[in-house]
Amino acid sequence: MLSPYPQLVRAGFRRHATYRQAALAGLTTNLVFGLLRAAVLVAVLAQRPVVAGYDVAAAITYVSLGQGLLTVVLLWGDTEMSRRIRTGDVVVDLGRPWDLQAAMLAADLGRAGFAVLARLVPPMLFGAWAFPFRWPTVPATWAWFAVSALLAVVVSFGVRFLLNASAFWLLDARGVIGMWGVVGGVLSGLVVPLAWFPEWAQTALAWTPLPSLFQIPIDVFLERDGTAGALAAQAGWAVALLLVGRVALHHGSRRLVVQGR
Amino acid sequence: MTTSGAGGASMDTERRLRSDHVIVTEGLGRDFLVGSRLRRTRVTAVTDVTLDVARGEAVGFLGPNGAGKSTTIKMLTGVLVPSAGSARVCGLDPVRERRTLARRIGVVFGQRSQLWWDLPLAESFALHGAIHRVPPARHRERLDECVELLDMAAFLTTPVRQLSLGQRMRGEVTAALLHTPELLVLDEPTIGLDLASKERLRTFLSAVNARGDVTLLLTTHDLPDVERLCRRVVVIDRGRVLVDDGLDALRRRFAGHRTLVVEPVTPAAPPAALPGVVAVTAEAQGLRWRLEFDSTTTAAELIADVARRVDIRDVHVDEPTIEALMRTLYTR
Repeated sequence: MLSPYPQLVRAGFRRHATYRQAALAGLTTNLVFGLLRAAVLVAVLAQRPVVAGYDVAAAITYVSLGQGLLTVVLLWGDTEMSRRIRTGDVVVDLGRPWDLQAAMLAADLGRAGFAVLARLVPPMLFGAWAFPFRWPTVPATWAWFAVSALLAVVVSFGVRFLLNASAFWLLDARGVIGMWGVVGGVLSGLVVPLAWFPEWAQTALAWTPLPSLFQIPIDVFLERDGTAGALAAQAGWAVALLLVGRVALHHGSRRLVVQGR
Repeated sequence: MTTSGAGGASMDTERRLRSDHVIVTEGLGRDFLVGSRLRRTRVTAVTDVTLDVARGEAVGFLGPNGAGKSTTIKMLTGVLVPSAGSARVCGLDPVRERRTLARRIGVVFGQRSQLWWDLPLAESFALHGAIHRVPPARHRERLDECVELLDMAAFLTTPVRQLSLGQRMRGEVTAALLHTPELLVLDEPTIGLDLASKERLRTFLSAVNARGDVTLLLTTHDLPDVERLCRRVVVIDRGRVLVDDGLDALRRRFAGHRTLVVEPVTPAAPPAALPGVVAVTAEAQGLRWRLEFDSTTTAAELIADVARRVDIRDVHVDEPTIEALMRTLYTR
């Protein structure tokens, strides 16, 4: 029998490919904010040519990849499951003969696949065309970057799944998700490279899944040291978050309250 | 339920399981805790639902808003965990074997969608088939049949979000049937549909049920749905089964009297004192009579009786409406 999950990956891709104008608008926003962020980093680097191993080319690459990965990893704006729990539509999802978490992950990977084409490649090409850019020097780096980006999507999915599943207990997960939006942006290395943070903060963050989202894939692309360990950390977080998510779904769905219809 | 009674009840369940029942429940109940952590109140949605549905039956599951219909359905599909009692659906424990059960039942929620909003209808069907692991040849065959019977060819490539409600509901019912379920649960399937769409759906569902391999469990507030599709009616109120009987039997028990409408050839006063007749009215200047009769006589006897006295141009029997029946039941 055919497994439905590859087809769900494709459906996730197709669903998002439907909204091309929205993708274009989002891409424009990403580029504009990318220019602003690059300007800030370049201003810092005007004082000192290299900060924590990042020169101007590395900083431009950092920003281009970060802006591109933003919608691939999807840090913000995934409230679908919590909405379905709140409205009770989740009974449809729970009533299907599938592994709900695996099905949602499959659809999310399809979504990320479309985002790679529509939202990651253009800012990279733009950054490389308009500014000094740091391409990988070894071909293998591309493969490691692909693996790292994939793991970043899975880690992000794991976090989003848990945030959304909190609606089983809270009914309204908007507060929790909003808090993540603030914390996640700064502490995942999206705004400023984590290497620019104080030593103690870097140590503390290394114990969280946050660097797995942006810092690690970008550093893998920039061929900074410690690729193997970083990928292992990402894989560990991916597995751990998925497992915790399964437990949360199991317990959460047993508390499900569907009122009114 | 007392502990001494539990053994007997489970034996009873066993006995019924052996016979060909698709749904067997025993004292099914569910309550919810609502309110804040400090001031929790316990709300009982379903108290005690004991119900058997045999293979191939079509059962109308009725009750006023808040009676516990949807909660019961969600327990039967394994989505809600019962807080009391037990249920077996297709011989399975709905909660523990939810995924296996999901392959064998189809569910249509009139107010929710199981289709993919952004994708063309045909792609939703393909995904649905993949999720249920339907072999492609069987999927094709089943889909072609539904597309033809429900006249969906014109909008198969339209994204679901652009479909009208009537078109979407046809899609929902198709999706629920693609994996040839043994039980089709319909929770208000005709809500919001216009008369033509309702009728089309009823005709289709009645054909599906008539083949005998799909059992129907239908909740609705649209009583013509029940009249067209169901021979048996289960009415619940405040979480308990109030009535469980054939629709005809219920009519006879609760809905008062049938009415024989007679049109005599020439205007006249209606005959008085016919046996079994409890009320007589004349309309249209004596060209139409309404003879309300009770169960001490039959329509045939009464027609013969009238025909002996006057020349009749036309007769028909008005059944008591199901609305009147439900009004009587809900207010009891």
